[in-house]
Amino acid sequence: MGLDTTSMGGSFVGTKLTEAINWARKYSLFQYPFVTACCGMEFMATACSHYDISRFGAEIPRFSPRQADLLFVVGTVSHKLAPVLKKVYEQMCDPKWVVSFGACASSGGFYDNYCTVQGIDTIIPVDVYIPGCPPRPEAVLDALMLLQEKIQNAQLDRRSVG
Amino acid sequence: MSQYVVQRLTERFPDQILETHAFRGDDTVVLKRDKLLEVLRFLKEDAGLNFDLPVDLTVVDWWRKKEPRFEVVYHLYSLGKGHRIRLKVPVDEDDAVVPSSRAVWAGFDWYEREAWDLYGIRFEGHPNHTRILLWEGFEGHPLRKDYPITKRQPLTALLDGKQE
Repeated sequence: MGLDTTSMGGSFVGTKLTEAINWARKYSLFQYPFVTACCGMEFMATACSHYDISRFGAEIPRFSPRQADLLFVVGTVSHKLAPVLKKVYEQMCDPKWVVSFGACASSGGFYDNYCTVQGIDTIIPVDVYIPGCPPRPEAVLDALMLLQEKIQNAQLDRRSVG
Repeated sequence: MSQYVVQRLTERFPDQILETHAFRGDDTVVLKRDKLLEVLRFLKEDAGLNFDLPVDLTVVDWWRKKEPRFEVVYHLYSLGKGHRIRLKVPVDEDDAVVPSSRAVWAGFDWYEREAWDLYGIRFEGHPNHTRILLWEGFEGHPLRKDYPITKRQPLTALLDGKQE
């Protein structure tokens, strides 16, 4: 799927359409919070009124991956849970993005042990990493803005061509 | 405070006790495992002891430090009497079995499964002797000191070019 921007080449209409669609996409991110650990508190703080993630168009968390286009992996992922995470990711429709929230999701954190996935990017692709244990809400908003920038600059068929 | 408990145990099971010691008021009794169930039942059912709260059950691995290699540790508390006691049962690596205390305190059911899962101690007579935290098919018991520290057993295929 995806719009065929190649046939439109770099034409004025093509570029403007891409820009408009990307603009719409970056301000209507439906998140799926895959919350497994203490980082979830910071995610909640970011979502609530003090930091208010809805100012960035990411207002509505969806608890079905089929209705979401942004996967927030928030917390430690164990090997036992890894197949679930992978399935959730695969159930999301394109276009989709992944944010790795906190040290554990990004690298395993200090859980360098027998049961913890050493970074979710070993099993699913990640767009933005947020460092911190846990990251402050400001860092989360920064990551969201980085992701929006990435979406705005993306080619429309980036995901579908793969 | 629980000197009374140690005294009662020593009177009742003189041949089962290997050693007793205390550290800052916490009493420990080191037991043989032969009559372990009898001892546990006595601790629970005796009117003057009445250990009704199974606080914790865990294992210590003394690999290359002490023989026998493992110690199964029971922490018990009596809500009514306020007694507190720690029991230790040494077991050998080749014969890492103790009788299950599940029949005495149902609360130790999951603790025993956890001890099996992570330390590989078998609890004879446990009605559901399976892993509790790790998945079926996991090889080895990861909290044993000789489990390789970098060994990983991923369940999911890794992305190309990635390694654990």
